[in-house]
Amino acid sequence: MDWTFMAETFLSLISAIPLTLQLAATSIVLGAILALGLALARLSGSLVLDWFARFYVFVFRGTPLLVQIFLIYYGLGQFPAVRHSLLWPLLREPYWCAVLALTLNTAAYAGEIIRGGLLSVSHGQVEAARACGMPRLMLFRRIVMPLAIRQALPAYGNEMISMVKATSLASITTLMEVTGVAAKIISETYRAIEVFLVAGAIYLAINFMLTRLVQRLEYWLSAHLREPPSIRAGITATVERDAS
Amino acid sequence: MIAIVSETATLALSVRSLHKSFGSVEVLKGISLDARVGEVVSILGSSGSGKSTLLRCINLLETPDSGEITVAGETIRMRTNARGHAKPEDQKQVDRIRSRLGMVFQSFNLWSHKTVLENIIEAPVHVQRRSRAECIAEAEQLLAKVGIADKRNYYPVHLSGGQQQRAAIARALAMQPKVMLFDEPTSALDPELVGEVLRVMRALAEEGRTMLVVTHEMGFARDVSSRVIFLHKGVVEEDGRPQEVFANSKSERFRQFISK
Repeated sequence: MDWTFMAETFLSLISAIPLTLQLAATSIVLGAILALGLALARLSGSLVLDWFARFYVFVFRGTPLLVQIFLIYYGLGQFPAVRHSLLWPLLREPYWCAVLALTLNTAAYAGEIIRGGLLSVSHGQVEAARACGMPRLMLFRRIVMPLAIRQALPAYGNEMISMVKATSLASITTLMEVTGVAAKIISETYRAIEVFLVAGAIYLAINFMLTRLVQRLEYWLSAHLREPPSIRAGITATVERDAS
Repeated sequence: MIAIVSETATLALSVRSLHKSFGSVEVLKGISLDARVGEVVSILGSSGSGKSTLLRCINLLETPDSGEITVAGETIRMRTNARGHAKPEDQKQVDRIRSRLGMVFQSFNLWSHKTVLENIIEAPVHVQRRSRAECIAEAEQLLAKVGIADKRNYYPVHLSGGQQQRAAIARALAMQPKVMLFDEPTSALDPELVGEVLRVMRALAEEGRTMLVVTHEMGFARDVSSRVIFLHKGVVEEDGRPQEVFANSKSERFRQFISK
């Protein structure tokens, strides 16, 4: 193992981390908004919206992300209507093509995750809020969403980790994120093992931090699932007594 | 103790010829009832008699097919939609009227992600837009009243059923409702926990609150309520003062019901 070469590779790849993070964060955030819309469409009770969302999920969950990226990056420009549209300045950029593909793809999975979370909220708690005269939007914001997010978070954490890894596919749109830079170094040096080992370690480190972040969030949202205050106080007191 | 309510006291709640069907099953076949201010009305009936549906129609958790509901002088405006279903005309009015009715559920339905105190101040602060400090002060009084002041920072899951139901009663009271609706408040409780909830309800009756109580607790209906209504197959079969109806009811079915 050539440690000097690996250290050099690591330094080159570090400069690509911001783009990887940016791709992941943008598509996760935009995807979450779209996913909420899809979940609400599925649960709206409107047959048209429901079937639209079902079809969307079917298509984007059922086809490879790589194919979606190809179609958006190479395919959209084939249509004059797209080339003359207001969105063309965005859609001709590899970055926005990759963000679009990642967003559309994650929304399909996340939509189903959010739908599961929303369905898990107990009917009784919703009814109690209605009985207080809570308007629909407030009920959704203050009662349904907090309970649904807590329920959906573990599965959503998985989806976010998948997205970080999926950004590596954006390298085929010439984007120089971590995998893109790694591929470039390999084409110059023919030392695939070392370079991919370093690239893999970088993704592992990013996902380690992401996992910790989701865990923190989960802990913070689960106060109601932990021990009651008096028992907690009792445990702390015991620990302190043992320590002293 | 029996609350004495003058016949001329103003109406807190009035229901006129309420009808409700689920599919082809007609659950309420034209129910009318009045509750004067300060009156405690127990609604009795075997399961399937429509008593819970009646209560849930009053605050529109179920939409009645026809009939008229008036709470503290305000009648809920209804309309018929394109498919011929009855719908409230103005959701804002429904929300306003709901905030004047405190509902206590059989299964408590406390919000599991909020502490007892947060459960109690949620609607006063966010629906009624009262000051947070004032609501907390009032919530603490209510918690003391229902006897769980020490549990203010607990989450519902850490309370016993009886404590949860008392917290739910405090939550309903925090809205300063005109009428309290109780939907079988003790039916989901272990027998030894029923007493603590009934004691709280008795105290509320004694301070002159208007209450509609769907219950199977014959003792409560007999001793605490000022009126007893017996529903049978969606109609009011018996309606009178408890000492009269329990002693000599005209209804054969009611005599059978209480002898069980």
